[in-house]
Amino acid sequence: MENLLEIKNLHATIDGKEILKGIDLTVKAGEVHAIMGPNGSGKSTLSNVLVGHPAYTVTEGEVYYKGKNLLEMSPEDRSHEGLFLSFQYPVEIPGVSITNFMRAAINAKRQYLELEPMNATEFLKMMREKRALVNLDSKLANRSVNEGFSGGEKKRNEIFQMAMLEPTLSILDETDSGLDIDALRIVAEGVNKLKREDTSSLVITHYQRLLDYIKPDIVHVLYNGKIVKTAGPELVMELEERGYDWIKNENKQ
Amino acid sequence: MSQEQEYIDIFEQNLALIKEPCAELLNEAREKAAIRFKATGFPGTKEENWLHSNVAKRFATDYGMNLGRVEVNTDRRTLFTCDVPNLNTHQAFIVNDTFRDGESGKKFPDGVILASLNRIAEESPSLLEPYYNTLAEQGDSIAQFNTMFAQDGIVLYIPKNTVVEETVQIVTLLQANVEMLSNRRLLVILEENSQASLLICDHSAMEKQTLSTQVTEIFIGRGAQLDLYELEETAYSNTRLSHLFVRQEADSRFGHSNITLTNGFTRNYISVSLEGKGAEADINGLVIGDKNQHTDNRTIVDHKTGNCNSNELYKYILDEQSTGVFAGKMLIRPDAQQTVSQQTNRNLCLTSDAHMYAQPQLEIYADDVKCSHGSTVGQLDDNALFYMQQRGIPADEARHLLMYAFAGEVIENIKIEALRDRLHMLVEKRLRGELNHCRTCALCK
Repeated sequence: MENLLEIKNLHATIDGKEILKGIDLTVKAGEVHAIMGPNGSGKSTLSNVLVGHPAYTVTEGEVYYKGKNLLEMSPEDRSHEGLFLSFQYPVEIPGVSITNFMRAAINAKRQYLELEPMNATEFLKMMREKRALVNLDSKLANRSVNEGFSGGEKKRNEIFQMAMLEPTLSILDETDSGLDIDALRIVAEGVNKLKREDTSSLVITHYQRLLDYIKPDIVHVLYNGKIVKTAGPELVMELEERGYDWIKNENKQ
Repeated sequence: MSQEQEYIDIFEQNLALIKEPCAELLNEAREKAAIRFKATGFPGTKEENWLHSNVAKRFATDYGMNLGRVEVNTDRRTLFTCDVPNLNTHQAFIVNDTFRDGESGKKFPDGVILASLNRIAEESPSLLEPYYNTLAEQGDSIAQFNTMFAQDGIVLYIPKNTVVEETVQIVTLLQANVEMLSNRRLLVILEENSQASLLICDHSAMEKQTLSTQVTEIFIGRGAQLDLYELEETAYSNTRLSHLFVRQEADSRFGHSNITLTNGFTRNYISVSLEGKGAEADINGLVIGDKNQHTDNRTIVDHKTGNCNSNELYKYILDEQSTGVFAGKMLIRPDAQQTVSQQTNRNLCLTSDAHMYAQPQLEIYADDVKCSHGSTVGQLDDNALFYMQQRGIPADEARHLLMYAFAGEVIENIKIEALRDRLHMLVEKRLRGELNHCRTCALCK
């Protein structure tokens, strides 16, 4: 299988403080990877660095995505190339409706791919279909992006956008946080329906419960800026039973 | 005193010439105004209301004034295509200070007057006498300056119980081949239970330096409703000094949208006096500034009596080295119990060279009122920008969408759909830097 994402010895800082201290990770097409770990281990930093958040500085290492140097690409080009981040804290954008927001995003991508802008009928049809996938109310589509949305609505809106943009590699950053069981199921089912043979996911989570719905092929534990353990899905249960303390203890020396 | 002395001399030496074509009503007011102006001169920057706007300096240019009222040849066809056409309006022009009828061919309801101020003051002085200069008389020295020199302008009169369905549009233009100073005067009278909407487009755009003073007095009778839209699309070489005085009687409603799209140096003074119970005022403003544009909006909403509502929203987007001033005063007098009053001012400074001076002021002398105000100055939200980029929207486009959304809140308050759509388009073009104020202006070709 082809390597979709290759991270080699990645170091990154924010405000001069080193958070990632040498990450190595390879994701092949079609794989679902879970990245677990205690708070403050660098999980969100990793996802932010991958999508090119300007607050983080890569000080060492390389990242290849579809064989291209990811770190040299602008955030928007990373998106056009099929990289998607479901934000842990989706941002409110007052005054910009979801419809206009998605139209701008879709057409920017199509322009990048040298395609004509999507016509209005086709676009609205697509909006309708993808909305249904996560039970997103049609009324929400005319509201400003995330403004006044509940926690569950915000996360469903993330997965709706993921459905619209059809990414190759999606990063779900703590998508389960702030969700009740019903919302969690809807969101996870949405993600599962979007799964194709050639698409991959990085599921970043603190707990096991999201992984009951989205089954990972490979599970990593991130601790203190490094991946300290990689195993199959059985690792999820082990972490659930034993907590993170044994990981911390193992890595003390 | 040198700057003002020059204008006082012009006034005194040309008084006969100034008065000759004008109605007694205008002339009587002008001599009283001259006395006031002489006493104070131009306001200095030490005066609080002019702290950030050095207005005397704007008068230093050696402007021409058409006091002898030499006929300006205005071919209708070269008169200008406004950026807000096709609104199905009653149209009129003020060229320099002179009334010119439009060609809308629409018929007003009986008794409605849209005509030259000087002509109506001549023909029916008793109609205008209870109104003309009764509000501006209390104004500052620039308002007095306007009254001193005002020779014409427009009067819009809507009789009792009359509803004018179509928007009345007034386009103001300057036309001359020298540096030009012009003084316009507008008088709007809505009698009891009448309704109208008025759009004033200021296109005083020439390559030469220009200065216009504009005094607008508006009287809204009991139960009457007026929506006023003012759009400034002038040039960097223009100075606009506008005074708007509004008096509202009981149960009347006044809506104002004051939009500065392109300009040079602008100062808008807006005074709304709520004098009858149940009166409502909605006051909105949007400023988009770049280069060295300077826009100073000063509003005062005077709650003189109880049970009145006022709502104010002013937004500024300042780029490059532009300057914005917002001073909004809400005055709740002792008798104004049960007042509901709200003021919001939000400002975006896109560069570190852009300056915003925001000064919300609340003066409350009544105890049973609901008043609130808020003012912020900030930059575009970095988190929102990144979120949009992650979804593939290029950084410039994302910035543009955020600015457009920011401005949109003011545009959304516009009630006339065609005008709202038009303004959405104009603001979008303006923010993309595609709006050249002379693009459609035949005068500048």
